[in-house]
Amino acid sequence: MDVGTLTQQLVNALTLGAIYALIALGYTMVYGIIELINFAHGDVFMVGSFVSLWLLADFFGLRGPINNPAELVGVLVVAFVFSMVVMGLVGVVIERFAYRPLRNAPRLAPLITAIGVSFILQNIIQIWRGPAQLNSPQLINVQAGFRVGSAEVHWISVFVIAIAVGLIIGLHLFISRTRMGRAMRSTALDREAAQLMGVDINTTIAVTFFIGSALAGAAGVVQGLYYGYTFFTIGFQGGLKAFTAAVLGGIGNTTGAALGGFTIGFIEVFASQAGYANWSEAIVFSILILVLVFRPTGLLGQPTAERG
Amino acid sequence: MRLLRAPAVKEATPSSDTSAPALVDAPLLRLDDVHAAYGRIEALQGISLEVRRGEIVAMLGGNGAGKSTTLKTISGLMHPHTGRIELEGHDVTLVPAHRLVKLGIGQAPEGRRIFGRMTVLENLQMGAYSRRDMAEIDADYDRVFGLFPRLQERRSQSAGTLSGGEQQMLAIGRALMGRPKLLLLDEPSMGLAPVLVEQIFRIIRDINAQGTTILLVEQNALMALQVAGRGYILQTGKIVLADTAAALAQNEQVKKAYLGG
Repeated sequence: MDVGTLTQQLVNALTLGAIYALIALGYTMVYGIIELINFAHGDVFMVGSFVSLWLLADFFGLRGPINNPAELVGVLVVAFVFSMVVMGLVGVVIERFAYRPLRNAPRLAPLITAIGVSFILQNIIQIWRGPAQLNSPQLINVQAGFRVGSAEVHWISVFVIAIAVGLIIGLHLFISRTRMGRAMRSTALDREAAQLMGVDINTTIAVTFFIGSALAGAAGVVQGLYYGYTFFTIGFQGGLKAFTAAVLGGIGNTTGAALGGFTIGFIEVFASQAGYANWSEAIVFSILILVLVFRPTGLLGQPTAERG
Repeated sequence: MRLLRAPAVKEATPSSDTSAPALVDAPLLRLDDVHAAYGRIEALQGISLEVRRGEIVAMLGGNGAGKSTTLKTISGLMHPHTGRIELEGHDVTLVPAHRLVKLGIGQAPEGRRIFGRMTVLENLQMGAYSRRDMAEIDADYDRVFGLFPRLQERRSQSAGTLSGGEQQMLAIGRALMGRPKLLLLDEPSMGLAPVLVEQIFRIIRDINAQGTTILLVEQNALMALQVAGRGYILQTGKIVLADTAAALAQNEQVKKAYLGG
């Protein structure tokens, strides 16, 4: 592999990883706070891509790249804010009606419910927009880019990576520095003790769902901009990979989820490059199995019990 | 055994905080015939007790007597199915835990329950979670660090790395950061070396002298009755004895069951 190809594939890997990382954060945050593997989370990402598609194609009537920079930035800001807020609220509604009533039920009950929510979201979209693949306007010209040596780097990749890294840093600062972030961490560590400090855990869990789902909403916008299409089952595969990323990084750990997302992006891209494109998923999941066998807590995970 | 009425004890140290709209004669905390259950198992079978401003009240009893459950109903983590809980004369029977913190209940729970993966300082910040008075919160950090200098030394350290005694100090300090009117201490001496137990009890006395009312649950009845003004003895979810601490320490049954002779 020459340097040009390597650079090219590095950018591809980072871009793919950025999308996985955004989705993985929601899995890991929800697991961290209520120990639920939210199988509907991949579909929240999918619905996000349709919300963004509706806004851009149907509401704004956009079909392709916007060349005026000011207009482009304006539309992108609106698209991200709109999709993130809508999906955040969808996440809050899902938690309120599907998971909160089962908070003290045996683990299996909310897990099955999550699978049910996943189907409900898919069916809603299927009824609304039909089962066919739909084209999403690629506001940033996907051909435009610049050269680094012999490699061609597209602006869209730079944009996707920047958005993901920005959101990941923002989330990290929110969780580590703010009062609500401390409330979230304390609730994740010991729910009863958090209540004794005055934390309203219902609000805190709702905020967690809002943020996790908003990040999936952002990933939905990115899906449309980067790939230019969406359909009602993309949440399944994207979700499964992102879930793997969360487990790989150490579920419950947000830094781990980001790292896991990028790792999976790298594995997939370089497996394809090596000529094993058809095997890329098998390789991803084999690595997951190896990690779980030899390091069950994931790359950055810590043992859970810590009371003494 | 018959339920005994709490004997009258004059207020030791009046609480410094008189801002809340409290009914003047009402005790700080009153439980009236509280029954609470885990599923079908009734853990509390009619608990009635009072804690007045400025007191240290001890609650003693063996394992499974209902001491921790009583504290859970007071702090709102559990709600009684019958009976009534009053804080400063107001009914708080069904108020959720996070709102009771604002109303003045602080707890250092059994097993400390500190946030192991947060720093010492973050744990104390969590203690002040329900407060917004930044300047006064800063003053309270100084107060807590004054009581527990070790915590200041280790303020940026992860709380999970503290020793057992330091974790207990952190649990108490964290509860104090909420500036509680009533501090609930659940087994503060558990698992600590004798010298640390002495130290913790000395600090409990200091905290009380600074104006905080304390309800103290203890296995270590000897120490508890030394710091407390009054005490209640629980057995299988009922109060079987209530008296001044001095009288309880002399009571033959209490001596036999809890004081090792």
